[in-house]
Amino acid sequence: MAIPSDFVEDTAEDGAVTLYFSGDLSIASVGDLPERLREYGSNVERLDISDTGYIDTVGAWLIHRTARDMEAEIVGANDDAERLIAAVAGADQPAEIRPQALNPVIRVVSEVGEATAIAFSTMSGLVGFFGAIIVAFFRLVRHPGQIRWNAVIQRFDVVGVRALGIVGLMSFLIGLVIAQQGAVQLRQFGAEVFTVNLVGRLTLRELGVLMTAIMVAGRSGSAFAAQIGTMKLTEEIDAMRTIGVSPIEALVLPRFIAAVFMLPLLGFYASIVAIIGGGLLSWAQLDIPPATFFSRIREVVPLTDVYVGLVKAPVFGAIIAITGCYQGMQVKGNAEDVGQRTTAAVVQAIFLVIVLDAFFAVFFTWIGWN
Amino acid sequence: MADSQTIDYQPDYQGPIVSVEGLRNSFGDQVVHEGLDLDVRRGEILGVVGGSGTGKSVLMRSIIGLQTPDEGEIKVFGEPLLGKAEPETIEIRKRWGVLFQGGALFSTLTVAENVMVPIREFYPDMDRDFRREVAKYKVCLSGLPPDAAPKYPSELSGGMRKRAGIARALALDPELLFLDEPTAGLDPIGAAAFDNLTKELQQTLGLTVFLITHDLDTLHAICDRVAVLADQRVIAVGTIDELLALDHPWIQEYFNGPRGRMASAGKKSLG
Repeated sequence: MAIPSDFVEDTAEDGAVTLYFSGDLSIASVGDLPERLREYGSNVERLDISDTGYIDTVGAWLIHRTARDMEAEIVGANDDAERLIAAVAGADQPAEIRPQALNPVIRVVSEVGEATAIAFSTMSGLVGFFGAIIVAFFRLVRHPGQIRWNAVIQRFDVVGVRALGIVGLMSFLIGLVIAQQGAVQLRQFGAEVFTVNLVGRLTLRELGVLMTAIMVAGRSGSAFAAQIGTMKLTEEIDAMRTIGVSPIEALVLPRFIAAVFMLPLLGFYASIVAIIGGGLLSWAQLDIPPATFFSRIREVVPLTDVYVGLVKAPVFGAIIAITGCYQGMQVKGNAEDVGQRTTAAVVQAIFLVIVLDAFFAVFFTWIGWN
Repeated sequence: MADSQTIDYQPDYQGPIVSVEGLRNSFGDQVVHEGLDLDVRRGEILGVVGGSGTGKSVLMRSIIGLQTPDEGEIKVFGEPLLGKAEPETIEIRKRWGVLFQGGALFSTLTVAENVMVPIREFYPDMDRDFRREVAKYKVCLSGLPPDAAPKYPSELSGGMRKRAGIARALALDPELLFLDEPTAGLDPIGAAAFDNLTKELQQTLGLTVFLITHDLDTLHAICDRVAVLADQRVIAVGTIDELLALDHPWIQEYFNGPRGRMASAGKKSLG
């Protein structure tokens, strides 16, 4: 075990104070010596380390620093100690542990400014990216032979077919909850029967597509960003460009097409499953038999509600694909960036989907589809 | 402290710093090491070379305890490490430092904070101000400019990140330093500077260095001995001249290939 370091003071006849050190001078043995030496005055002439054992750079630093602060002289150093003290003395330069903290007011203002600038540049970037997709799309329309059907079909599978389970389960539960909560509230007015209207209209018009969009944003939007971001990191995308393959055509368009086509299908499917869930609950709680429930649905839900859902869905799909692929293409530098971009893709997709949903609500009411 | 008595600091221990005997490592059906023996002597820089996939990194990971071998005996500072739980080996682990290939710095901490992590972990009682001072001089000792201390790893170049990695590896004043391909990815000037730093630190601090490398210049410039990994074991250990006297095809090709000759010529014209 390392021998703890210690020191004793000794005053010579002429009044000069010498500190005699003993024990090992190492990281394991210095203990509380740094504090004790700092609190010790500064009227010391000499530090005598001739009686010390093993020394490492921490011990050497302690001696060097003490000598520096007390303006004392180091005596009795053996070769090891001398070499190490010289080494740490050479490394004795003022440095900071953390970057200089800014004034809080300036920091808040600058962060708000930076966030605003980033928000605007992201918006313009998304619009520009959408433009690039449109250009690539029309190029492919003129040269249909170049469409990568394999990639498109594969994306259909990943974005659409494989989402059926989770979207179905989620929608079923949402249907159940709407019916249950609706029934409880409407019963107060003796209007339980309107639960059917609530479930049918709400899911087909709003929730089916909206919840599906949120689920797809979390499931596929994040995957788009992570996949493309990783390919960006491994320089696959640069390699593609060099070979003359457009990453927009090869990577982004298949995902865009898949999301635009799959979201209406998934959204409609989600609405139907939610209605089934609501129907089951109505049967169990309100004694409305399924046949009656579904014929009521056909009576109370106008066809325009289905159109509303189906019009919104491809737009939401496009937004999810654009934010996911755009953020993926923005990845630079390191793996950490992939994580941040993936998060950003999902957050932006969900945010934009909900904002647009609000606009759609106003718009459809305005054209009389209510 | 009775438990840790057995693995205490023994300044008079003169045997091999690291001794590996009969090591066997395998991943599934693939056997990486079989009957591997290797000694690292006190105060030397031992270069470990071998083709890709010969298990250089696996050997290092076995010694530092990140990989549990199937069989074999590993002693560091004369103390067997295999089969011991982490708390029992803590006194040994304090005495080595590791530089991983990419530097492996903690990305959310500044360079100086990275250096402070092992100190805080192993010597939690150390005075806070003193710990900060130690971190600062370690950063400078590793050849980084003082203004690199408050920077985050992402703000550093590859070479600086390696130096920051060295600073953290040296945080506890280890006697044994493991370097995994320290010059990989550095430009020749940066690589030569890093070689010098390694040599300088080894001489000033009296380190023993276990150095995995592909860099023939590093081998010629700073390694006292070179261990060659092939056929799942260490086929030869010695100075480069001793290795050249052997008749093994891989060794001959490695050191006498066009690159090997160039590095050797470079050393001669310098020395």
